[in-house]
Amino acid sequence: MSTTTIAKPASLRGARLPRWTPAVVALGSAAVAVAIGTVAGLDSRIQWGLIAAVLFIVASYAVAVAVEGGRQAKDRLATSLVWVTFLLAVVPLASLVFETVERGSTVFNGYFLTHSMGVVADDEPGGGIYHAILGTLEQVLLASVIAVPIGMLTAIYLVEYGRGKLAKVVTFFVDVMTGIPSIVAGLFVLSFWILILGFDFSGWAGAMALAILMMPVVVRSTEEMLKLVPNELREASLALGIPKWRTILKVVLPTAIGGITTGVMLAVARIAGETAPVLLLVWVNPMINTNPFEGSQASLPLYIYQQYAAGNQAGYDRAWAAALALIGFIMILNLAARGVARWKAPKTGR
Amino acid sequence: MDIPSSTTSPTSPPPRHDVKPSQVTPKRAARGATRPGDRIFLGLSRGSGIALLVIMAAIAAFLTYRAALALSDNTGNFLTTFEWDPAGTATNGKPYFGIAVLVFGTVVSSIIALVIAVPIAIGIALFISHYAPRRLATPIAFVIDLLAAVPSIVYGLWGALVVAPNLTGLYSWLDDYFGWTGIFSYQGGAPRSLMTVGILLAIMILPIITNVSREVFLQVPKMHEEAALALGATRWETIRMSVLPFARSGVISASMLGLGRALGETIAVATVLSPSFVINASVLDFGGGTFAQNIASKFNEATEYGRDALIASGLVLFVITLLVNGAARLIIARRKEYSGANA
Repeated sequence: MSTTTIAKPASLRGARLPRWTPAVVALGSAAVAVAIGTVAGLDSRIQWGLIAAVLFIVASYAVAVAVEGGRQAKDRLATSLVWVTFLLAVVPLASLVFETVERGSTVFNGYFLTHSMGVVADDEPGGGIYHAILGTLEQVLLASVIAVPIGMLTAIYLVEYGRGKLAKVVTFFVDVMTGIPSIVAGLFVLSFWILILGFDFSGWAGAMALAILMMPVVVRSTEEMLKLVPNELREASLALGIPKWRTILKVVLPTAIGGITTGVMLAVARIAGETAPVLLLVWVNPMINTNPFEGSQASLPLYIYQQYAAGNQAGYDRAWAAALALIGFIMILNLAARGVARWKAPKTGR
Repeated sequence: MDIPSSTTSPTSPPPRHDVKPSQVTPKRAARGATRPGDRIFLGLSRGSGIALLVIMAAIAAFLTYRAALALSDNTGNFLTTFEWDPAGTATNGKPYFGIAVLVFGTVVSSIIALVIAVPIAIGIALFISHYAPRRLATPIAFVIDLLAAVPSIVYGLWGALVVAPNLTGLYSWLDDYFGWTGIFSYQGGAPRSLMTVGILLAIMILPIITNVSREVFLQVPKMHEEAALALGATRWETIRMSVLPFARSGVISASMLGLGRALGETIAVATVLSPSFVINASVLDFGGGTFAQNIASKFNEATEYGRDALIASGLVLFVITLLVNGAARLIIARRKEYSGANA
């Protein structure tokens, strides 16, 4: 087409590297890193990866300086740094999931899910997590029973009623409460429920600490969802003479229920993995205890911690398998929460 | 936007300057909610808000009370003592404990975590907001959320059994070239040190720093970026000139939120660290401890008095995280008012 062009059109832009350069540089630096690693006898994969990352950054900068000049090279340096940081975040997650699945699947089976540790010594294989699953489910359920109503009502207060000082203070402290370390929540319930009131360790004590951790999460997510509800809906209902509380219950909440459910499920996923308060308040029980209000119980995160602390191969195997079960449970909750969010998204469009 | 005021304002009188606002509010609320159902519902929801405040106050009050019980019998200086001996085994039953070692360990591991996590988190946030292909941005954000969903005990297990064994090589290399500083000297053995804890904490606080920073990066007015691009700036120059200055305070508060997480992390630290109650200049050698880890590790064999001593250290942790988180939230809140994000 443009065979008759006299001046080179590219001359205005200066030389550019072809689009495939980063990919080639990445492959090259990975290959060189593997070579260095093998020759120097470095047995740690972490070192290999770090060498590859440094090589990639330096090489793409050098190539760009040579061909494109300083400013473009700096741009490329930033781009490659940003890509490397992204990989640095993905690699741990991939490794964690891979190791958990691989090491966890050795003893993970139907027997493991349906038996307790009742007659199994720490260092012999066998046993399972039935008692721990039971404990976790009961504690999480109790925590939700406390935290969900309080959290939702607080959010309703902040969005539908809250004006003035009280609402501002509550908002601020909800934010601050999100950052309370889980162990502090555990210490609080310990000090007032067990040390001062003199009750025994129980699933219920753990559930109270978990509820404290869950409340701010429920408030935040419910608040966000209520704010998304279009005001026209409220006004239409109020204009018909419907009392405000019925407007909230029958119009506002049903519109936002999908998002609120998502928020609650994510909050449940968060507290299901908490170990510290459970460690302080539920104590340890290798047997099945179905009553959360009396006597110590077990829980999945606590089970992992103990099996790890036992420090032998049978314990490690059980710990990984329980970790697999816990991650599976939490991931399913996360995915389901997202599914609900998509399925019941508030219809804000016209 | 203003539903409550629209229901009350038609009948509400002009503002009266002779009455304090605190006297007006209940009256006006009562007028807006004359029906019993409304009154009950308002009472319930306001009560829940107040209940949250009461819980926060109760946490502070009960921890302070139990901590005071422990501190009144302590023969050591709580802030400067290098021992943790509430049972008094070495001092004829006189409790002797302090948090100096814990302060050191907590601060060092959190600083390591921040130094590693903040640049990486900024990078990922930029990747999602400015670099990644549009189709990839959402799945990547989801992956980062998954990183946040992994329970800390699983991080601990993974850190102790997978990461730590792989770090010996890196640590000996650091020892070879930077050992002379004293900070990076490494005597071999299982690398269950503050450095390993810091690396693990960095991974754990990545999601929160990334998510908050990303929000801020996305708020940068499009006009600023387009102006820079129109002047012929490269993508990096655009980010440096228009995105980063705008986002600075947001990134700072994101880092502080991450710091709050790192300070209070318990079980991952307790799993990975092999604790000892000493201050070690080298971050690569095992030893040291953090507030939360110390509570979890010492709790089982503690007597009731020992538990009170642990509660005293927990109170310090509570106050520190409260200050850090409160400051971070204040910075974010102030930004919201002044930023031209919606302009």
